[in-house]
Amino acid sequence: MKSAVIVFPGSNREGDMVRALKLAGSDAQKVWHAETELPKGTDLVVLPGGFSYGDYLRCGAIAGRATVMDAVRAHAARGGLVLGVCNGFQILCEAGLLPGILMRNANLKFICHRQFLKVERNDTAFTKNYAKGQAIDVCVAHGEGNYTADAETLKRLEGDGLVAFRYSDAHGNVTADANRNGSMNSIAGIYSDKLNVLGMMPHPENLIEDLVGGTDGRGLFESLVSSFGKAA
Amino acid sequence: MKARVTVTLKNGVLDPQGKAIEGALKSLGVEGIDGVRQGKVFDIELGTADKTQAEAQLKAACEKLLANTVIENYRVEIV
Repeated sequence: MKSAVIVFPGSNREGDMVRALKLAGSDAQKVWHAETELPKGTDLVVLPGGFSYGDYLRCGAIAGRATVMDAVRAHAARGGLVLGVCNGFQILCEAGLLPGILMRNANLKFICHRQFLKVERNDTAFTKNYAKGQAIDVCVAHGEGNYTADAETLKRLEGDGLVAFRYSDAHGNVTADANRNGSMNSIAGIYSDKLNVLGMMPHPENLIEDLVGGTDGRGLFESLVSSFGKAA
Repeated sequence: MKARVTVTLKNGVLDPQGKAIEGALKSLGVEGIDGVRQGKVFDIELGTADKTQAEAQLKAACEKLLANTVIENYRVEIV
């Protein structure tokens, strides 16, 4: 599998993302935001976390309109896989690739802690190595992760099974206490209609090695690689 | 030509920052505040002297970037 990790001014998780992808067996390279095309043969585009453009105007607003995003939109329209994590999720929403928006956390605090997520479905390219309903242990670190959408969009996301992950306790119970940023329906991540674009606030790339406290994030990258096969 | 664009949250969209400001005003003893909603103001310089053209350019600026119309409304004033 060939991955392109897009780097914007202010991205800061691209290194961890490339490392996680490579560890799972993907060829991964960084791509600067001013490029007009993706590297030939790109299977997966990743928008990493960080503070693109200093979060000016709205989180992800300026990056969502960067030159490279036209190529990312075309890749998604062809059915290509796109993953946005944290600021990457905000960028996907601002770019119109996913519905809704990430608002300021309900308690106004930047949250940074270990967080369990309930895997809503395991029949997508992103989650096939997890079990349906499994609680995975990852990290969150954001100030604007409060997923918000209008009632109609929310109904469609729920009805069409487009919620990817919800904030949960260690047993996969979706509780109010586990939803620390106030997201509607405890939504931590969503898919596009065709399930080829995933945006999520939590960081699976943080938990890929026992050395740093866990490996539950690996499943996501290994799922993606197993869809394509490892890089030669 | 100069213009002012005001971007505000739509009714019904929660505004935790506005709530925090409202709380701070109350704690400062400022009386009579029933609610605060935070928004943004953009003062924009335009090259054109044609008002119709300016309005079209400002509308494009708002729709493409300045406002996220999922949650925000915008208002354009030529000043």
